[in-house]
Amino acid sequence: MIRLVPRTETSAFWQIATPVMAVAATMLAGGLLFAIMGYDPVSAIRTIFWDPLFGPAAGYSRQQLLVKAAPLILIASGLAVGFRAGIWNIGAEGQYIIGAITGAAVALAAYPAPEMWIFPAMVVAGALGGWAWGMIPALLRNWFGASEILVSLMLVYVAQRIAAWMAFGPMKNPEGFGMPGSRNLQQYPAASNPELIAGTGAHWGVVAAAAAVLATWFLMSRHIRGFHIRAAGTAPRAARFAGVKPETLVAFCLGLSGALAGMAGLFEVAGPAGQITDKVGVGYGFTAIIVAFLGRLHPVGILLAGLLLALTYIGGELAQLTMNLPAATVQVFQGMLLFFLLGFDLLTRYRLTRRVTA
Amino acid sequence: MTDAAVFQARGIGKSYPGVRANDDVSFTVAPGEIHALLGENGAGKSTLVKMIYGLVRPDEGDMTLNGQPHQPADPRAARAAGVAMVFQHFSLFDALTVAENIALGMENPPPRRELSARIAQVSQDFGLPLNPARRIVTLSAGERQRVEIIRCLLQNPRLLIMDEPTSVLTPQEAELLFATLRKLAGHGTAILYISHKLEEIRTHCDRATILRHGRVVDSCDPREHSARTLAAMMVGGEMRPIDRSGRQAGEVLLQVKDLSLPAPTAEGTALKSVALTLRAGEILGIGGVAGNGQDELLSALSGEARSASGSILLEGADLSRLGPEARRTAGLLAAPEDRLGHAAVPDFSLTENTLLTAGARRHLVRKGLIDRPAARAFAQDVIRAFDVRTPGPGTAAKALSGGNLQKFVIGREVMQAPRVLVVNQPTWGVDAGASAAVRQSLLDLAGQGAGVIVISQDLDEILELSDRFCALNEGRLSAPVPTEGLTLDQIGLMLGGAHGMEVAHL
Repeated sequence: MIRLVPRTETSAFWQIATPVMAVAATMLAGGLLFAIMGYDPVSAIRTIFWDPLFGPAAGYSRQQLLVKAAPLILIASGLAVGFRAGIWNIGAEGQYIIGAITGAAVALAAYPAPEMWIFPAMVVAGALGGWAWGMIPALLRNWFGASEILVSLMLVYVAQRIAAWMAFGPMKNPEGFGMPGSRNLQQYPAASNPELIAGTGAHWGVVAAAAAVLATWFLMSRHIRGFHIRAAGTAPRAARFAGVKPETLVAFCLGLSGALAGMAGLFEVAGPAGQITDKVGVGYGFTAIIVAFLGRLHPVGILLAGLLLALTYIGGELAQLTMNLPAATVQVFQGMLLFFLLGFDLLTRYRLTRRVTA
Repeated sequence: MTDAAVFQARGIGKSYPGVRANDDVSFTVAPGEIHALLGENGAGKSTLVKMIYGLVRPDEGDMTLNGQPHQPADPRAARAAGVAMVFQHFSLFDALTVAENIALGMENPPPRRELSARIAQVSQDFGLPLNPARRIVTLSAGERQRVEIIRCLLQNPRLLIMDEPTSVLTPQEAELLFATLRKLAGHGTAILYISHKLEEIRTHCDRATILRHGRVVDSCDPREHSARTLAAMMVGGEMRPIDRSGRQAGEVLLQVKDLSLPAPTAEGTALKSVALTLRAGEILGIGGVAGNGQDELLSALSGEARSASGSILLEGADLSRLGPEARRTAGLLAAPEDRLGHAAVPDFSLTENTLLTAGARRHLVRKGLIDRPAARAFAQDVIRAFDVRTPGPGTAAKALSGGNLQKFVIGREVMQAPRVLVVNQPTWGVDAGASAAVRQSLLDLAGQGAGVIVISQDLDEILELSDRFCALNEGRLSAPVPTEGLTLDQIGLMLGGAHGMEVAHL
């Protein structure tokens, strides 16, 4: 019989090995699933994980990698800070949507002014919108003890309804021939978030994501606030003794992750997406949770995990096109990844031993 | 004598990575004997009793119980063989009754009525008064311990292991416990008794086996030796006597006036109009049985809990509404009882743990930025000055033994040169050598003109350190009395009252 024995020290080896094992297990289980569905498992896995980078159409899909990874990394960086403190913001998707709306609102209000300040103002407005949406669960938790997990999650659905209302109502393009959706910001130079270096897919969101990785790394390892966040996550009483006010930490973490998610939403709506529609939210806010955990809540890990998850998006689309795999493939893959990661995580805290029958 | 031994260990050895926890340990416990196991923290006492109780398996050597080979695979096997153990920390469910708790711990609990009768019988036989129908939450620490002991006695053990049983008891409760142990020994049960309290061992134990660095260094009749000699055997050298000289009460440093706070949790204790005055160079001892408001008082002073304005004044400045960091900057420092998880973050290195309290006063944090080299240097200073045995400042706090971590925690505060330092249980579970070092550092701190408040359940410690003594009882603080000429009995009565004393007439 096999038994689980708690480890006295969390194993550094397994900290790094479990994400790798989770990815491998996802490929195996995914392949098995494809085989059952009647697809060639080897070519399906190759299409998803290999072809986007090195396949025949890699020239196009490689640019997509940064486009998809940027919002994931930006959002996950903020989420990871809160997760380290044991503050669970599950509603980054909602903060992303609200950030996209408030950021776009600045552009739509200024249209067609050509001033330089418009895009920076949109970024600030996007961050503020996400921040404000994140402060709702923070304040409800601080004032009434409401679970930030539930409140932030439920606010996602509220945000989705607001996006639909905006797309069909106040933000509808007056020159859009009655079609739902706002003006296309890509066609409004002062407000657009263009590709900065041709052929790379890198827009301002990629710059922001890189900055977020550096900034959260600095916060967590060099700043006393980051120290307090880590302390609160592992020993709340000790953090309190050090002088940390739990309420301040809740507001800080939900505010920060909300602001970064809001910014990610703005970059998306001003860039790749182009306009506010009722489908602004495409799930980056939820996938970022997987990115944060797969990256071990560490900035560098999040960078790598963000790229990997972006790959599953692109590879999934490619597999849809070339192999007729169903559209849900990507979500199944991402779900399996988180599932296996959490499962294998057991190994960082427990050892497997054979029980000698007495 | 060897033939009649209840328990015998021969050449027991146990290694952990990097540590030789036990090395060639041999000793014998005779029937009816109260046998003390004496040693500093990390000397290997816990490992040894864990092997006897089946929690750990020895690498080499063998044990016999009643002449039979004793190789328990787990505690259940050890219990079946006749070993029982009372742990330092109780494992009881507050919401259940005494009888329910005891039934939960048994392999095959008899019907409730029969069990209650047996509990009544055992408590009668051994002078452990206890009503089986009472809920645990209503019991004092001493009564809870009785539940644990009765749970053990119902198994008719041949060998009873007790791990620091008196650390939570008033002197009167401890006397009751020893009367019970005597009776038990009179029935032929062997008792293995682990304690740091040398006086207790001298008065009550028949034999002592002394461990140092995992080896048996001596075996003696503790009644024939002074506490000083026993301590010297434990630490392997002459103990430095405590030096109380060079202190003089100066100006008033800390004033606490009408400090009242509601209980922080359902199990907590409300503070009721606490008042005290602390002068420079003075040590004030606050005694009391656990759970009478010690944690709450420390929180109120450290700033973790805030109180009505005007209730806490440091050198005339009102600190009552300020948080822990502002109070530290003002000079009021604290060291809580719980080392792991409150005074230190278990997973963090010692270097990181300096940042918990010393950031401002030692300039380890400037404008929010952590000065890591400075933090490491400060951790190194504490390690050196307080003789913290650890590979280095990068070691995680949880990897240190209790005594060493305690030296680090106290050292971290003392070396910030506080105006007032409040400590709760500064030497709880700490071996004699480390205790002496911690106590001396508190005396030295007071000698340099700081005020010190020692909250402790160890009355010897309070008598040894403090100039004045107050008792904390259900959140109320008594008026201070000078410790000069105070006896343990008088203190016990000051603490007593509500807790556990109703049985003292037995």
